Amino acid sequence: MNETSRGAQVDLRGVSVRYANAATPAVHDVDLTIEAGTFAVLLGPSGCGKSTLLRTINRLVEPTAGTVLIDGGDVRDREVTELRRGIGYVIQAVGLFPHYTVAQNIAVVPQLLGWDRARIERRVDELLASIRLDPATYRERKPRELSGGEAQRVGVARALAAEPQVLLMDEPFAAVDAIVRASLQDEIARVHQEFGTTVVFVTHDVDEALRLADRIVVMHAGHVVQTGAPADILEHPADDFVRHLVGVDAQTRRLVAERPLIDR
Amino acid sequence: MTYLLSHLDRVGALLGQHVVLVGVSLILALVFALPLGVVAARAPRTGSAILGVTGALYTIPSLALLALLVAVMGLGTPTAVVALVIYAQMILVRGVVAGLRGVDPALVDAARGLGLTARQTLLRVELPAALPVVLGGVRIATVTLVALATVAAWIDAGGLGTLIFEGLKTDNAQKIVAGSLAAAALAIAADLALRAAEHAVKT
Repeated sequence: MNETSRGAQVDLRGVSVRYANAATPAVHDVDLTIEAGTFAVLLGPSGCGKSTLLRTINRLVEPTAGTVLIDGGDVRDREVTELRRGIGYVIQAVGLFPHYTVAQNIAVVPQLLGWDRARIERRVDELLASIRLDPATYRERKPRELSGGEAQRVGVARALAAEPQVLLMDEPFAAVDAIVRASLQDEIARVHQEFGTTVVFVTHDVDEALRLADRIVVMHAGHVVQTGAPADILEHPADDFVRHLVGVDAQTRRLVAERPLIDR
Repeated sequence: MTYLLSHLDRVGALLGQHVVLVGVSLILALVFALPLGVVAARAPRTGSAILGVTGALYTIPSLALLALLVAVMGLGTPTAVVALVIYAQMILVRGVVAGLRGVDPALVDAARGLGLTARQTLLRVELPAALPVVLGGVRIATVTLVALATVAAWIDAGGLGTLIFEGLKTDNAQKIVAGSLAAAALAIAADLALRAAEHAVKT
């Protein structure tokens, strides 16, 4: 992706997830390679298994079959909390700890990892600056004093705090209004470029996928139906489902996809 | 009122005993109720058993429970403390359960996803988030115990009930009024103080 890339490669091999009492598997035999530093978007309608698939990467969901590898190592061979501390995690509901300040929220993982105080303070200020929240103003705020957009920026900063090689984002911007969403998308694209982290991003929003993705992974009913660059997906939809998903107003979408996002 | 005003030091001393009796009982009660509440919130089946038993204990009339305990433990403050600890369980355990069940699931998901262990998630995220509701339970339990503790004087555990029972025995309404007023004032003060604490921990 770029020279400072510190991302890890993520491989899913024959991953299936079947929840107890479910008639059909939530995820069915998914093979997927996400190269280091890629911004991969899992795209599909709700219930297609994209969040479940995402959650197998940090073992919040254990596959019933198949293997998840990060930089070639099976995630099951690692202690689960240690694994998760090396993977950023951002969710739609943000989940900032309400009794912690912004700085304490961002410091959660570095603290778990035993970083010294000075290093944590430095990192918190660095991240606040990088998500464009003035450290002096925001460090001591409580989550309830933040707007939805500000809270999710802090959520992103918290996920990036310990310099993870992989960042998982589960519909992170679905709960904010369109204008804030656009600015958050710009931020995450910039952050991705700055840190070179591998990003796996779940959304049902086609425009969001087209704006952000290096690679789009289209999912339907637990299956991966197509993988490719945004332009490929638009130009050569694999089947009627994908055509229908991206097809509406495809011409406009092509323009969106080709619009340079900052200087990418 | 005359007894209350002319015997301020005696009423004060009994009030002190009352506070200690309630305070010690409350702390001991929390030692049991917190883990019980955590278990009850986690495991629905064990939880309904715990809530059933503590609820049943709560329905035993206070005099009957004291009489029963006296038969085992004899008269005195320790017996009264045991009774108060038992009564407080239902209110406190319910508070802990309601508090933990009310925690936003997104907080727990985020905590686990960031790599907190189950214990860290409980101690650093769930219990602090549940704290206002837990404190609500503590407040109600405290007010209840202040009232119940007056009965403890009947088994020689001291406290403001002493005045009430003396008043009943000697037909001295002033003593009854003094004991009742002091107990009511204590209950109101505790209620206000714990309301303030609840407000302070609300995020």
